[in-house]
Amino acid sequence: MSSAPRTATERTKLPYCHESFHNLQELRHSASLANKVFIQRDYTDGTVCKFQTKFPSELDSRIERTLFEDTVKTLNNYYAEAEKIGGQSYLEGCLACLTVYLIFLCIETRYEKVLKKISRYIQEQNEKVYAPRGLLITDPIERGMRVIEISVYEDRGSSGSSSGSSTTSSSGR
Amino acid sequence: MSAVMITRKVTRKWEKLPGKNTFCCDGRVMMARQKGVFYLTLFLIVGTCSLFFAFECPYLAVHLSPAIPVFAVLLFVFVVAMLLRTSFSDPGVLPRALPEEANFIEMEIEAANGNVMAGQRPPPRIKNVQINNQIVKLKYCYTCKIFRPPRASHCSICDNCVDRFDHHCPWVGNCVGKRNYRYFYLFTLSLSLLTIYIFAFNIVHVVLREYRNIFEHVVSLTPHCTVLEVLVCFFTLWSVVGLTGFHTYLISLNQTTNEDIKGSWSGKNRVQNPYSHKNFIKNCCEVLCGPTYPSVLDRRGVMLEDSTRPTPSDASAASTYKSTNPVSQTTKSSAPLIPNEHTPEEAKPSIGAGTQKSTSSPKEEKPPSPTSPNAVAPAVIKESAH
Repeated sequence: MSSAPRTATERTKLPYCHESFHNLQELRHSASLANKVFIQRDYTDGTVCKFQTKFPSELDSRIERTLFEDTVKTLNNYYAEAEKIGGQSYLEGCLACLTVYLIFLCIETRYEKVLKKISRYIQEQNEKVYAPRGLLITDPIERGMRVIEISVYEDRGSSGSSSGSSTTSSSGR
Repeated sequence: MSAVMITRKVTRKWEKLPGKNTFCCDGRVMMARQKGVFYLTLFLIVGTCSLFFAFECPYLAVHLSPAIPVFAVLLFVFVVAMLLRTSFSDPGVLPRALPEEANFIEMEIEAANGNVMAGQRPPPRIKNVQINNQIVKLKYCYTCKIFRPPRASHCSICDNCVDRFDHHCPWVGNCVGKRNYRYFYLFTLSLSLLTIYIFAFNIVHVVLREYRNIFEHVVSLTPHCTVLEVLVCFFTLWSVVGLTGFHTYLISLNQTTNEDIKGSWSGKNRVQNPYSHKNFIKNCCEVLCGPTYPSVLDRRGVMLEDSTRPTPSDASAASTYKSTNPVSQTTKSSAPLIPNEHTPEEAKPSIGAGTQKSTSSPKEEKPPSPTSPNAVAPAVIKESAH
């Protein structure tokens, strides 16, 4: 999918589309928040960051099950990559210890690099998949890595002020 | 909505964080409120080492080897760095649930508990989760309004839930949790080595001086500083070396102090530790050489205060919370969704933003439909192995 359809007739052809969902900007201006769905953590493999892939029933009419599961599985893979304990993490740990952890003032940790990738991925998914369906995913890091928050929007047709979710909020970690 | 409020000073998120932490350097440093014992720790370390460098090192460098003070300096720098890193970093604090999330969890709990008879105590809020084929109970935190992740615990001193909570250490003036446990361990380990080092070389210094004095028939009084250092080191040795040994034991079993004290994984009828790899080396590697977890508390993020673009969580949180409050109060039994210091958006002092938000919020929001969460709640609350 390169971009969301622009004309009204094109939009109505989308299977899971409600009248006028388009891109993120239009979502913010013409839609209002109806509900929020929270995807919880999956602790079956321990304390690693992993989210449940079970499809919530509120999203039944909004998005295809496979698309949703793909998103969550990709996110889980990213987190697994960040938290992998192997040669690279040992090297990073030992090097950091030898430099009294001052090296982290200069370079980014592997986890931070993966978090940036995740943020870009979520932004891309929001633009291409979720916004056209009137949904918006919030990056889990903004909710303490506890939940994936999916905001469900309804087109009110009113000129309410922006109520889009904060995927592009500034973070100074 | 045409009036734009320009804030002269940028408000960062750390200023509005709930909990009893103190922040310094514009949110870069995070500590507990009581810092007195931390200053004592710093004073003892720096003081003792200064005396060692001033009085013992010149003698030892000349009569034994110049490598002795060099190694002492390196060790001292490492100890102070680890102490500051442990004290100033975020231990792994879990942010409190925003009102929508808290509501969602409340509705899940009520759906799972079913109808509670009036006057009856509602069942405790516990979620059973299977981790590596062991059943672990997750407790609900009434302050943070979340089900605590496994190994997390609420620190009453800092009033925060901390991930992989070990203990609250007054000596470092901070909690010890997932993010700073390895620095804490390296601090105790290096401090043990430093204490042993200074103690040993004090003894060597005394012996050398007395030996030379006896040989040269010169009377000398061992400097008072040496005696002082020996005393400090002696008492420190017993406590710090013991603590290092205890934490080495905990690391080898992949346990936290909190779990050890509560006896979570000990005893015949209890579950076995599901987090342990049953291998000493693997456990050590995971704790000491694992990934460096990022802080999920966005301390230095900027809070948007201008009225033209209220942050989505502000308006939606404030109005959703207000609209669902009457609903939740009628059905709730034990823990009403009371406003606490967490809702920073409501507590904001800015007048312009406040009036703007209150006029605009009823228009744009509607309360979440009560039927849908209930339908999904029973399915969600019953977690099982997937």
